[in-house]
This record gives sequence, structure tokens and C-alpha cells, in this order.
Amino acid sequence: MKEQNNPLIDIRIQSEDFDVTKENKKLQNNQPGAIVNFVGIVRGFDEEKNEAINSLTLEHYPGMTEAEIENIVKESCQRWSFSAVTVIHRIGKLLPSDQIVFVGVSSKHRQNAFDGCNFIMDWLKTNAPFWKVEENNNKKEWVQFNSLDKDATKKWEI
Amino acid sequence: MVIKYFSWIREHIGKSEESFDLPSDVTTINELIDYLNGLNEKYKNAFAKRSLIKIAINKTYSPIEAKINNNDEVAFFPPVTGG
Repeated sequence: MKEQNNPLIDIRIQSEDFDVTKENKKLQNNQPGAIVNFVGIVRGFDEEKNEAINSLTLEHYPGMTEAEIENIVKESCQRWSFSAVTVIHRIGKLLPSDQIVFVGVSSKHRQNAFDGCNFIMDWLKTNAPFWKVEENNNKKEWVQFNSLDKDATKKWEI
Repeated sequence: MVIKYFSWIREHIGKSEESFDLPSDVTTINELIDYLNGLNEKYKNAFAKRSLIKIAINKTYSPIEAKINNNDEVAFFPPVTGG
């Protein structure tokens, strides 16, 4: 059952960092009972290649990225009731420990917020047009698509 | 037609965007890739793994068999790796 038909939706693609505390204040729209966040952080080490990562640069497709994230959020609003949804994705050059992505969902009850946040993040990983290039001392390498991400998204198919 | 390239496809081709009039015998994405491959080796290298490449027409994901026309914006990119 819908608790609110018009959740507050905020989608931002930006090079600037974001403040999780401020974002959570905004998610308190309509007095929710639960807020769930996912924050993605740049890793300093590539476990598969067994080497350090000096920096990460994110490229995206302006216009399509926003449209795809909007589709993902709209789809999530069909499945769960939310008070507010915020998705922030950073672009440009980032360093280890920098924040990359924020997905925040608020809702009356925790299960909606947990499931919705998980769903949005899984879909974002496989559908939003971003590409990462990793750099270490002397080389630059495009990050390969991870098939586990595809599997994660598949679990939501209905 | 405007064509946009991203990530390593952009690097292979050496440009992020180009525009030209679509030849009249090119009516699908598949035919567009064939046409571009005929231009030079850079395109051939970029499109070597055709099944891997993602396509958007007017910023919407589209299959390789999709029809195109001269007013479309087509984008070619590898599987996405954001988040």
C-alpha cells in the first residue's frame, strides 16, 4: 500500500562531494520512520590485480545518465512506498576514500527503505551510463564490467 | 546524424562525437557499424567485439537491430561501470 504517492525525488550528477548528514535531513520529508543509505567509496586497492589504485576518473553520458536514474527511481516507486529518494553520483577524478555515490531512501517502515535502496543501487550499477578508469603510477585502465553486478540486478526481475 | 562515443570506444576512435549525413542504405545500428568499419581501422578496432557494445538511440538503450534515421543521436559505449 502506498504511504505517499509523490515522494520527494532528488537526482544529482556532480563533481563536488556530498554531505551525508545534510542529505539525511532532506530525506526526513513527511516524517518517515526509516531512512536507509548506501554510500560508495573509492577503494585504494584492486584485489583482483593485487595493486594499489592511485585515482579513479568517472565519465558519463550527460542527459542519458539522469534519464536512466530517473527510470530506476520511478520503477522503485512502483514497487515500494517512499517518503523521499535521493541519488547523487559524482563524476571526474576521485581519490581513494572519496565518496562516489549516495543512494538514500526514506519510508514509513524499514523494509521498504532497505529493499528500495538495494534495488536502486543494483539497477544503477548495471544501467546508468558511467565508466570508471583506474590509474596507478604508470598506467590507466578502464574498469571491466563485473558480471556479479548483472546477477545482483537479475534478482529483482518480476 | 550525431554519434557519440564513450570510454575505451572513444579512445579507439579518437573522438567523442561526430556528425554526418546518414547514407540512404544505412537503416539500422548494425548497418551503421558496418559503414563505420569501412571508414578506417580505428572503427574496426573499436567495434571488434560488437556483441559487447551497448547502444543508445536518443539517450534510450536500443538493440543492435534497431532502425535509425538522420535525426537520431546514436551513442556507442561499453558495459557500464558506475556506482
